[in-house]
Amino acid sequence: MDRTFHGRSIKQSIDWKLIICYLILLLIGWVNIYAAIHSSETGGMFSYDTRSGKQLVWIATALVIASIILFVFSPRIWEGASIPIYLGVVVLLVAVIFLGIEVKGSRSWFEFGPVRFQPAEVSKISTSLLLSMVLSNSNMKMKKLKDYLIVGLIIGLPMLIILAESETGSALVYVGFLFVLYRQGLSGWWLGAIGMAILLFILTLTASPYTATAVLVSILLIVNSLYGRNWVKWVLISLGIILLVALMPSVWHRIVGSFIPGVSVLDHNPDVTVLQTIKDGARFFFLSKIKPLYILLAVAIGFTPYLIIKALRGRRTTFKMLSIIGFFAGVIMVFSTDFLFNDVLQPHQRKRIEVLLGLKEDPAGVGYNVNQSLIAIGSGGVVGKGYLNGTQTTFGFVPEQATDFIFCTVGEEWGFLGCAVVIGLYIFMIMRILHDAERSREAFTRIYGYCVASCVFMHLFINIGMTIGIMPVIGIPLPLLSYGGSSLWAFTVLIFIFIALDREEKKYF
Amino acid sequence: MIENNRYRRLIIGLGVAAAILLAKLFSVQILNNKYKIDASNNSMVYDIIYPTRGIIYDRNGEILVGNKVAYDILVTPRKIQPFDTLLLADVLDIDPQFIIDKMAEYRQQRKKIGFQTVSFLKQIPPETYMKFAEIEYKFPGFKGQDRSIRDYPINAGGNLLGYVSEVDQAFIKQHPGDYRSGDYAGKTGIEAAREEELRGTKGYHIYLRNSHNQIEAPYKDGEMDKEAIPGHDIVTTIDAKLQQYGQRLMNNKVGSIVAIEPETGEILAMVSSPGIDVSMLADIGKHYKEISRNPYKPMFNRAVQASYPPGSVFKLVNGLIGLQEGTLRPEMKYPCSRGFPYGNKKLGCHAHPSPIDLETAVMMSCNAYFCYALRNVLENRKYSDISQALDKWNEYVQSFGFGHKLGSDFPAELGGTLPTSKYYNRIYGKGGWKFTTILSISIGQGEVGVTPLQIANLAATVANRGYYIIPHIIKASDGVEIENKYYEKHYTMVDPEQFNKVTHGMWRAVNSGFGSGGTASIAAVPGLNICGKTGTAQNPHGADNSVFICFAPENNPKIAIAAYVENAGFGATWAAPIASLMVEQYLTGDVKRKDLEKRVLDGDLMSRVKVKK
Repeated sequence: MDRTFHGRSIKQSIDWKLIICYLILLLIGWVNIYAAIHSSETGGMFSYDTRSGKQLVWIATALVIASIILFVFSPRIWEGASIPIYLGVVVLLVAVIFLGIEVKGSRSWFEFGPVRFQPAEVSKISTSLLLSMVLSNSNMKMKKLKDYLIVGLIIGLPMLIILAESETGSALVYVGFLFVLYRQGLSGWWLGAIGMAILLFILTLTASPYTATAVLVSILLIVNSLYGRNWVKWVLISLGIILLVALMPSVWHRIVGSFIPGVSVLDHNPDVTVLQTIKDGARFFFLSKIKPLYILLAVAIGFTPYLIIKALRGRRTTFKMLSIIGFFAGVIMVFSTDFLFNDVLQPHQRKRIEVLLGLKEDPAGVGYNVNQSLIAIGSGGVVGKGYLNGTQTTFGFVPEQATDFIFCTVGEEWGFLGCAVVIGLYIFMIMRILHDAERSREAFTRIYGYCVASCVFMHLFINIGMTIGIMPVIGIPLPLLSYGGSSLWAFTVLIFIFIALDREEKKYF
Repeated sequence: MIENNRYRRLIIGLGVAAAILLAKLFSVQILNNKYKIDASNNSMVYDIIYPTRGIIYDRNGEILVGNKVAYDILVTPRKIQPFDTLLLADVLDIDPQFIIDKMAEYRQQRKKIGFQTVSFLKQIPPETYMKFAEIEYKFPGFKGQDRSIRDYPINAGGNLLGYVSEVDQAFIKQHPGDYRSGDYAGKTGIEAAREEELRGTKGYHIYLRNSHNQIEAPYKDGEMDKEAIPGHDIVTTIDAKLQQYGQRLMNNKVGSIVAIEPETGEILAMVSSPGIDVSMLADIGKHYKEISRNPYKPMFNRAVQASYPPGSVFKLVNGLIGLQEGTLRPEMKYPCSRGFPYGNKKLGCHAHPSPIDLETAVMMSCNAYFCYALRNVLENRKYSDISQALDKWNEYVQSFGFGHKLGSDFPAELGGTLPTSKYYNRIYGKGGWKFTTILSISIGQGEVGVTPLQIANLAATVANRGYYIIPHIIKASDGVEIENKYYEKHYTMVDPEQFNKVTHGMWRAVNSGFGSGGTASIAAVPGLNICGKTGTAQNPHGADNSVFICFAPENNPKIAIAAYVENAGFGATWAAPIASLMVEQYLTGDVKRKDLEKRVLDGDLMSRVKVKK
């Protein structure tokens, strides 16, 4: 037999763009970890006493792991091994609750001498593998109830255990698998509805029921405008309404304030004015009982019959009707969340949820962490203060500077441009993975690629969103940038399994 | 090309999400000035405001631990200009060499210190600080910061209060996030146990600093500043006057006094002697070596940490168990001819009438009587063998709070020892022991070990006729909660009605007059109706320990007390006078028995106590 075709060489078959992007992010992370700690930890950038030195060790070992995945293991083993890996990780997840050590109120770390390891990080990989294996089965079409149940179990089991470990952030990442399911045929309504429900839940608790309802109305308006004809006109009208809704509470408070004399009037001449004020104010007193939320709801519900009629006459009836149902479902959700939280739950249970959502991280109660982080990022301006010149970070007032809040250092020292570059790199990485995934012939590779992309995306969005105040403070690391071996290794394995799978495809086709 | 519709939508969604992040960043970093501190590298300086530490009160509102102002001198090494070393040394009353050394140290560590401000001299009194403040301008880089430190208006309860000192690196590591270097924390006693309530919450002022490292203005007019929240005050159950009196009585003696209000379990006084003077607490750093070198171990709180044989006071427990088991009736009389004979040996007793009933046996503290009492319990046919009977006995004694930690709010409390059948089986082999092997436990010797707190708790239990509330030292007050267990009544396994059969014996022990045979006549105070029980416990290291428990008045008792004096001889010689003086002081507010008081105050028993040098 003469020389058979052994496939394309490594040089040709590996997605070098992806690997280079990965390496650049590692480098950015390491450089910024040093910036975050250089004032509080003595020793050079390379000293093992500092966290930047340790990170270098993590990076080196991560590269070894990456090479092993690329060159030693056959990419074919992953699909077959997914069930035992998944079960093994589930066992670890449960075991850590009983055997793990407690770090900041949650039991999710194993400690072996100097090494700590968090099973929740590995669980992303095992869940992705098993999900890909199950979904790539040709019988799985995401149409039957049984399919939903199986998929729900695969995603939900680790997610619930991680929630029980009080790692809300890590659990929230699993919501990202909805994107995978969407690609595999899950109705877009589900994606929208679940996403919306989580958003409303968080907004009701972190901001206010009014904000939650206002956001609900705004999103529905914009989505409906985009779907109709004349969408430019309708988007503009919607934006006008959204502005009104946003301003309404403060306007309303002024109106009420002008009708009802303030307490200061009473103080001037208590004997005379008390009765008089009550008499005068009584007519308007009911105004102060009306919350802006009720006005918003009254207006919205008042318009509903008109919208229903319009929906029945026009095109896309189903879409519009579903929007209306979605609105009511959303309002009920907001009210029941608010009611459950404030009236049903015991104070200690409430406190637990507040802590889980990062509402009560600081005793001052004014969002100390987020404020510090916003000041650090905000003071960076367009081009930043320059490397190692960040001042907010020097004092250590931004918490978790090197780990969960590493993005603050990027923001302060490299400015908006630096942030844009980092976000750009992540987006490029995600798009590149999705691009490779779409081109692959094996369903397993494609679905796994989507899983990887979703995990990276969720981490990216939650972490950066947290530092700039659009997400609650639930600590999860920024992939590849944050200090820490557990997370770095996990993302390395996650990404490099995909690169290996992708290479396997390109090798022969 | 890729045709999948959903792929395209997801890519669009990804773009939208990226746009949201970038838009918010754009607004925070470029549009919004709220978070901006102008571009010339200005930054915020956090000036920490230290909260005042909570005050510790006694039960009557007297301050045991308060605060006073002292000053720390801080220095920012980068801002120092050449200055007159001798003048500074003179003003601050320090050795010039100290300043020279410090400066050398700063130079060496300049990289690490950077622009930070470090502490130069700690806790100087206000008078010294005033002198410094007048000429502060001559020393750029130096500044004073006021700091509240602990102040002890009365010398009471040094061992209980504990001390506060600066946190070290190990402490900071153990409490992640709570402390920074330079903070103070309670290290022992109440200061440590209630650290969380006492410490309060730090606040800060935020100032803007320009590129020349000068403070320019409060950031956002102080809008983002945080006020310090003072610590919660702690109210203790201690009666400062009684505590102080107890400390005086125990002067030059080794041992403990514990006084409890029976109805509430509140500890009125707890003396461990020799103890720590409060003047040492204020500046613990200076005295630490001296204290830790003292052979009598003043840091050691004997009242909760020392395990002693209880001696004859333990007869009460054995008598009560006999009554409950039905193997002893109050009217039963047992003979005693100077002891309890067994085999060809005899457990000795002192001379007293014979035979006697239970009440008289308590009054005269007859050894033989309680050997019979315990024998009847342990050799009861009801139990299959002595092992089973002994374990039942152990259960009974445990129900009086012996043999395990009571669960008081002293973290260092010990539980003492109480033998079980397993224990004896290990020593003598299974079946290798009988009642006479272990009979010394009848009179509170042998394998029984108890703490003075447990003995005082026994006094409270008998005073309450059958129950105790776990002794504790912290009262619930505004913002300070105590655990529910400090309100619960713990009943013993002996029915309440049995108790009256021994309490009258205790009354007679004290109030029958000299010559009657009552062992504690010296403790009698007219009108107070003290009920007591003496104990003389063998001490392998020298003379016997003197023990006494009592409560008063007989009905509706207000105080129960235990005194335990090491190597002091008979219970009636030292422990009974001390305990009864405490009762007199507490109930009448005054002591009329001046001669007795003088003898106790002047008594010096230190030479009798053997210590390991």
